[in-house]
Amino acid sequence: MLAWTIYISFLGVLALMLLPRSSVLVARILALLTAVAGFAVTVVSFAQQRSGELVTVAQASWIPSLGIEYHLASDGISLTLLLLTGIVAIAGILFSWNIEYRAKEFFAFYLALIGGVYGVFLSFDLLLLFVFYEIAIIPKYFLIAIWGSTRREYAAMKLALYSFVGSAMVLIGLIAAYVIAGGRTMDLVQLSQFPFPVHFQMWAFPLVFAGFGILAGLWPFHTWAPTGHVAAPTAASMLLAGVVMKLGAYGCLRVAMTLFPRGLDAWGFHVLGFGSWRDVFALLALIGIVYGAMVALVQKDFKFVVGYSSVSHMGFVLLGLMTLQQIGLDGAVLQMFSHGVIAGLLFAVVGRMVYDRTHTRDLSELETMHLGKVIPFAAATFILGGIASIGLPGFSGFVAELQILIGAWRSFPLAAIVAGAGIVIGIAYTWRAMQKAFFGASEPGVSADTHSLPAISIPERIGAVILLGASVVIGLYPQLLLRVIAPALHSPMFDGLWKGSGR
Amino acid sequence: MSLLAPISCLTLVPLVGAIAVLALDEKNKKMARALALAFALLALAMALGLWHRFNSALGGLQFEEIHAWIPTLGVQYHVGIDGLGLLMLLLSAIIVPMAIAASWRIQERAPLYFSLILMLEAGLFGTFTALNFFHWFLFWELSLIPAFFLIRLWGGSRRAAAATQFFVYTMVGSVALLLAFLAIFLCTGKFDFMDLAELARNGQLLPAFSVLTRWHHFTAETIALLLCFGAFLGFAVKVPLVPFHTWLPATYAEAPSGVVMLLTGAMSKMGLYGFLRILLPIFCVQLRSLRTPLLWLAVATIILSAYAAMAQKDLKRIFAYSSINHLGYCMLGIFSILKFTGDNPALAAEKAAALNGVLLQMFNHGLTAATLFWFVALLEKRSGGLRGLDDFGGLRKVVPVFCGLMGIALFSSLGLPGLNGFVGEFLIFKGTFPLATWPSSVSVLGLLVTAIFILTILQRVFSGPLNERWSQMPDLTTQERLALLPAIALMFVLGVYPQAILGVINSTTMQIVHQLRF
Amino acid sequence: MSALSYLDLLHLVLPQVIVVVAALVVLSVDLIFLRTSETHLRAVVAAIISVAGCTAAILWILHAPHSANVLDGMLVLNHLAQRMQITLLILTSLTILVFIESTFTQHISEYMALILLATVSMMFLVSTQNLLIIFLSLELLSLSLYVLTGFNKRSARSAESALKYFLFGGISAAFLLFGASLLYGLSNSTNLERIANSIPEIVHGPFLDPLLIVAIVMTIVGLGFKVAAVPFHFWAPDVYQGAPVPSAAFIASGSKVAAFFIFYQVMVIGFAGAEGSSSWSGYAPGWVPALAVVAALSMVLGNLVAILQTSVRRLLAYSAVSHAGYMLLGILSHSDQSFRALLYYAITYALTVLGAFGVIALVEEETGGDALSNFAGLSRRAPVPSFCLLIFLLSLAGIPPLAGFFGKFYLFSSVLTSSPAAIGLLWLVVLAIAMSAVSLYYYLKVLKYVYVLDPPAGITPRRISLVRQFVLCVMALGVLLLGCAPNLLLRWL
Repeated sequence: MLAWTIYISFLGVLALMLLPRSSVLVARILALLTAVAGFAVTVVSFAQQRSGELVTVAQASWIPSLGIEYHLASDGISLTLLLLTGIVAIAGILFSWNIEYRAKEFFAFYLALIGGVYGVFLSFDLLLLFVFYEIAIIPKYFLIAIWGSTRREYAAMKLALYSFVGSAMVLIGLIAAYVIAGGRTMDLVQLSQFPFPVHFQMWAFPLVFAGFGILAGLWPFHTWAPTGHVAAPTAASMLLAGVVMKLGAYGCLRVAMTLFPRGLDAWGFHVLGFGSWRDVFALLALIGIVYGAMVALVQKDFKFVVGYSSVSHMGFVLLGLMTLQQIGLDGAVLQMFSHGVIAGLLFAVVGRMVYDRTHTRDLSELETMHLGKVIPFAAATFILGGIASIGLPGFSGFVAELQILIGAWRSFPLAAIVAGAGIVIGIAYTWRAMQKAFFGASEPGVSADTHSLPAISIPERIGAVILLGASVVIGLYPQLLLRVIAPALHSPMFDGLWKGSGR
Repeated sequence: MSLLAPISCLTLVPLVGAIAVLALDEKNKKMARALALAFALLALAMALGLWHRFNSALGGLQFEEIHAWIPTLGVQYHVGIDGLGLLMLLLSAIIVPMAIAASWRIQERAPLYFSLILMLEAGLFGTFTALNFFHWFLFWELSLIPAFFLIRLWGGSRRAAAATQFFVYTMVGSVALLLAFLAIFLCTGKFDFMDLAELARNGQLLPAFSVLTRWHHFTAETIALLLCFGAFLGFAVKVPLVPFHTWLPATYAEAPSGVVMLLTGAMSKMGLYGFLRILLPIFCVQLRSLRTPLLWLAVATIILSAYAAMAQKDLKRIFAYSSINHLGYCMLGIFSILKFTGDNPALAAEKAAALNGVLLQMFNHGLTAATLFWFVALLEKRSGGLRGLDDFGGLRKVVPVFCGLMGIALFSSLGLPGLNGFVGEFLIFKGTFPLATWPSSVSVLGLLVTAIFILTILQRVFSGPLNERWSQMPDLTTQERLALLPAIALMFVLGVYPQAILGVINSTTMQIVHQLRF
Repeated sequence: MSALSYLDLLHLVLPQVIVVVAALVVLSVDLIFLRTSETHLRAVVAAIISVAGCTAAILWILHAPHSANVLDGMLVLNHLAQRMQITLLILTSLTILVFIESTFTQHISEYMALILLATVSMMFLVSTQNLLIIFLSLELLSLSLYVLTGFNKRSARSAESALKYFLFGGISAAFLLFGASLLYGLSNSTNLERIANSIPEIVHGPFLDPLLIVAIVMTIVGLGFKVAAVPFHFWAPDVYQGAPVPSAAFIASGSKVAAFFIFYQVMVIGFAGAEGSSSWSGYAPGWVPALAVVAALSMVLGNLVAILQTSVRRLLAYSAVSHAGYMLLGILSHSDQSFRALLYYAITYALTVLGAFGVIALVEEETGGDALSNFAGLSRRAPVPSFCLLIFLLSLAGIPPLAGFFGKFYLFSSVLTSSPAAIGLLWLVVLAIAMSAVSLYYYLKVLKYVYVLDPPAGITPRRISLVRQFVLCVMALGVLLLGCAPNLLLRWL
C-alpha cells in the first residue's frame, strides 16, 4: 500500500502536465490533494505497522539478468521519514498557494520531487534507491532556477552539480560493491549480509558516506545548502531543508553504514590524531555544527540565517550516526524528522510570510518595519519555530538532540561538549534573527506603509499549525516515533554495524 | 475528571485557557480578560480543592501520577505534591488572578497578553508538581518564555535591554542546570528526582559519578561539586542570590506591574522550590561542605539588597531590592538547616522551625510583594507613569483609602507582628540562631534597614507636605477596593492564624528534616 | 569452402537489396512523377517510400532469420547481426521521419537515396568479419556521409565541414588500410578469426611483435576516427555544426552504432590474444592499454570542452566524443556482458541523440540558429518538444530512470565484472563517473535556456506538425521505457 505514495505523486505530475495552462487554482488543489493522499497512505500504514520491523511493500523482478529487483519495503526509519515527507509536502503546497507564475509546472516539478523522495525512502534495492535519489535532483534544479530569487541560476546549478557529484561518488561505491559481491543481487538486505573485504570497505565507506553526506550538508561540502536554500522559492527551500537533506542522511545510514560497517573500524594507525573514518566524520559533523552556527550568527540575510542553521542541525544528525550508539542513532533519526518540520517552518516564515510581503530579507531593513506588530502571526510562528529549533523541551528538537548528545558523550565526550556549545550559539543566532526581524529597536511609531502588508492567509496559518503541531506532538510524545525507530535499528541489516570490532 | 488526575488537570486548565484566549480577536479585549480571569479563578478553585483533599498528616507525596513516557531515556511522566508543592500551587493560583486584575486596563494586544499570563501559570503549576527532570525542565522553560515576551512587548521604555538581560541570565542558569542533569543522567541513567534523592541518601550517587572520572582525572567528589554548582547556578539566578541578581532590578523596573507581580510573587519561588525539592535532597553532601560560604552569601544578599533598596528613588526598584532582601531570609534558612546535627532532637526541632519559617516566608513574600506591586500599578495609573519616591507627598490627605491599604501591605512587608510577614521571619530567625549564630545575627541588620526604607516610603509618599500636582488624584474605586480586599484580608488572617499554612506543611518539613539527618 | 550459388547469396543479402531497390525507387519516382511538384510533397513521398523500404527489409529479416558464415567470413549472418541490421534500419527510418519537413535542399530524392545507401553499407558492416569487406563497407558509408555533410549547397559551412570530414576520413582510411595490410602480411588472411589464430605465433613472451603493435595502432587510428574518439575527433564539431541537421543526426546515431559494433569485432575477435591489460597495478602491453588511453582522453577532453560551447550542435559533438570514451570502456573490457552493455548503450545513445537533433532542427527552423540563446524560453513556445528535449538531454547526462542512466550503469558494472582482475579497471570507471558528473553541467545549461529563461521578444511560435511531435514523443517514450525496463532491449539483442 505504501507504494502508492510514489505512484500517487507521479500520477499527480502527469495530471498536472495535462492540465490547461490557465487553470492555476485547479493545479493548486490537485497538488494539495495529491500530497494529502500520499500523506494519508503513509499515516494509515504507520498506524498498521506496530513494530517498526521490515515489511515488504512490493517485490518484482526488474532486470533479471543483473539480479536487480523492484523491491519496495519499509521499516521504522523509512516510516518516520515518509511521515516527514508527507507533512512537509502538504505544508509546502499550502505555503506556495500564492504562486501564479507557471503554477502548473511548479507543482508538477514539486510533486516529481516528492515522488522521488518517497521512492528513496521505500527502496530496498540499491539500484532502485539510486534511481529515485537522482530523480529528486532534477526537479530541484528547475524549482530553484525558475521560481527562485537571489542568484537563483547559480544556486540551482551549484546544487545540482553538488548533488550529482555526490551521487557519482555513491554510484562508484555501489557498482564496486555490486561487482565484488558477485554481481548477482542489488538487494540491500542481502548485500548488507555479504562480508566485503575490509580493505575494500575502508575506501568504499568514506566514498559512499561522503557522497550521501554532500546532500546532508556535511562540512566542508555544505556550501550548496545555504545558497540553494536562499535562492529557492519557499516551498522548495522547505523541501530542500526539510526532506532532501534527509535523503543524504538516510543514505548514509541505510546504505553506507549497513553495507560497509567495517569501514568504521579503526585503521590501526593514527594520522593527525584520527584513528578511523568514524573519527574523521565525527569531526566534520562537529565542525558543521559549530561552523554553521557561527556563520548563521553574522548573516545579514534572514534566509541565510536559517540556511546555515540547517547545516548546523544536520551536523547533529551526522554526529548522531557516528556515535554508533543505539541512543545516538535513535536521536539521529528523530533529529531528521525534527529538523525537517522545524526547518520547513522557519523557511516558510522567512520566505512566504516575510519575504513575499516585504520583498526584502535584509535584517537591517526588516529591523525598521516592526513586523512583530504588523504581522504578529508570523512573529509568533517564527518565535515558536525558533524555540523549537534551539531545542527547548516540549519540542521535537530537544529529545532528538538530547539523545544525540548522550550518544556522543558515550563515544566522544569532547565532541558532546563542543556540540553543546553549538546549541548555545544556536540560541544566540535565533535570538538575534528574531530580535532584528520582528522586534526592531527603533521608536514605537509604526510607519504607515508597513500597515498595508497583506494579512497572513488561511493556507499559511494551516501550514504553520501543521508543522508546529508535528514538532510539539513529537516533542511531547517522542515514543510515537521511537517505538518504530528502535526496532528498525535492530533488524538484521544493522547487525554488521553493531557487531563491528571493538563496539 | 479532576478526581482521576487532579494535578494534570490543574496544569491543563490554564493551558487550555491560554489557547482559548489566544484564539480571540484582537479587538475583543473585554472578552479576553474576562475569559482569562475565569480560567485563573477556575484554577484557583481547583487548587483549593486539592488543598481540601490534601491529607496534611502525611509528609510524603500525594496525588501521584506515573506514566511511562520515553523509556529509552528513562523518562516518566511523574507528578505529585507534598506540603511544599501544595503551598506553591496555592500561591501561584492566588497570584495569577491578582496579576490579571492588576492588568485589567491593558490596551495593546490584550488577548496575547492574557494568554501569555495563563501560559506562565501553566508553567508554574507544572514546575511545582513535576518530579521528573525531563518535564520539570519543560515547564521551567515554558514559564520563562511567556515571561520574556510579557516584558519584551509590554514593558517600559528600556524593555528591550531588560528583557534581553532577563532572558540571558535565566537562560544561562537553565543551560547550567540542563548540563548538570544531563551529566547526572549519563552517570545514573535516571531523571526522576525521587530516585536521585534516594540514590543520594543511600550514598550511591558519588560512586556513580566515577563513570566520568576517566575524563581529565577528576575525582568523583570534584565532579559532584561541579554538577552541584551547575544546578545551584540555575536556581540561584532565579531566586536571585547575590551576586547573580543584577538582572532583577532592571527587569522589575521595566516590566509591566502585573507581570512583576508574577515574577516576584510566583516565579522567584521557583528558584527556592528548586533548592528545596531538588538541590537539597540530591546534593546535600556537597552543599553541606559549602555551607559557610553559602550562608555568608545569603547574608550578603540580605544586607546589600536592603541597603540598595534604601538608595533607590524609584518605587519599583525599591520593592525589587526589597524582594531580594526577603528572599535572602529564605536562603539563610535553607542554608542553615544544612548543618550536620546527627540525631540531636533539639536541633532537629530548630531546623523544622527554620524550614517552616522559610515556607511561610515564601508564601507571605509572594502575597505581600505582589500586592505592593499592584499598589504601584494603581499609583502609576493615577500619576500617569510617575513612581519616583520624590514625585509624591501628602497623598494621605487626598487618597486615604489607598494609603491605608498600601500601608497595611508595607507593614506586612516590614514584618509587623499581627500581619503575615512577621511569623515567617520570626520562625526563620528562631531556627537559624542556634544553627548559624553569627550569620543570623548579622542579617538582623537587614531587618533594621528594611524598616528604615519602608518608613521612608510612608513618610515621603503618604505624609509630608501635599504635592499640589496630585490634589485631584482619585481614590480607589469600589471595584479596586473589592479586588484588593481578599489580599489584604489574607495578610491579616495569616498574621493571626499562621496555622492555616503550618498545618499543611508541617509534616513535609518534618520529613525533609528527617531526610537531611544523615 | 562450400559452394555457394549467387542465388543463395542474393537470398542472404536480400534485406540490403530491398533497401537498395527502395533507394532507386525513391530516385526514379521523384525524377519521373514529381519533377514539378512542390518540395514538401516530394519530401513526404520520398520519406514514405524510404520508410516503406526499410520496413520491408525489417519484415524480411524478422520473417526469415538466417544463420550463415560464408566466403571466408565476408558475410556472417547470425542472430546478433540481424538484430543490429534491424536496429540500424529503425534508426534510419526514424531519422527520415523526424526530418520529414526539412527544407534545406531541392534534391530530396538524392538525399534520401544517399541515406539509404549509407544504411546498406552499415548493414554490410555489421554482418561481416572480413577486413576487406569491413574496409569496403566503411568506405561506402564514409563516401555517403561526406556527400550528406556537404549537401546543403547554400551553406559555406556545410561545404567546409564536408571537406574537413573528407580529408580526415581519407587519411584515416589510409591508416586503416595500412593496418589491414600489415595484418594480412602477418597472418596471411583477412578473416578476423584467422588473424587471431595466428597471433600466438607472433607473440613472444610478454612483448608483442613490433609489426603487430603498428598494426594495432593503425587500426585504432582508423576506427577511432569513425567513432570520433580523442585524438581523432577533430572533424566531429565542424561536421555536427556545419552539416544539414538530418545528416548530422544520421552521423551521430546510426553510423555510430555500426562503427562501434565493428570496432568491437575487429579488436576483440581480430586481436584476441593481444589484449594486454590496463588495470591499475597490472599493466601489460596490448590493444587494451592503447584503447584505455584513448577512452580516458575522450572522456576528459570531450566533457571539458563541451562546457565551453555556445552552439548546441557543437556541444553535442563534444558530448559525442565523451560518450565515445564511455563506450570504448565496453570494448576494452571485452567480455560478452560488456559487449551487450556496449550495444545497449550505443543503441539508446543513438536514439537519444537523434531525438535531440530533431528538436534542434525545430529550433533552427524557428529562429535560424542553434546557439544557446536561440533555445531561450523554448518551453513556452513548444512545450512538447521541450519536454522531449528534457528527456533526451537528461538521458545523455545519465539521469535515471532514463535509458542513458541504465546504459552507463550496465556498462560500468560490466566493465568491472568482465574478469576477476577487472576491478583494476576501477580507475577508468571512476574517471568515467566523475566525468559524467561534469557533463550534467552543460546539459543543464541547455535546459536552463529552454525552461528557465524567458523567450526573446519578437519570435512568433511556429506551428509544429503533429507527425514530428509524435515521432519525437515516441522517441522520448522509448528512451524512458528502455530506461525503466532495460530488459526489453537486452532480451531482444
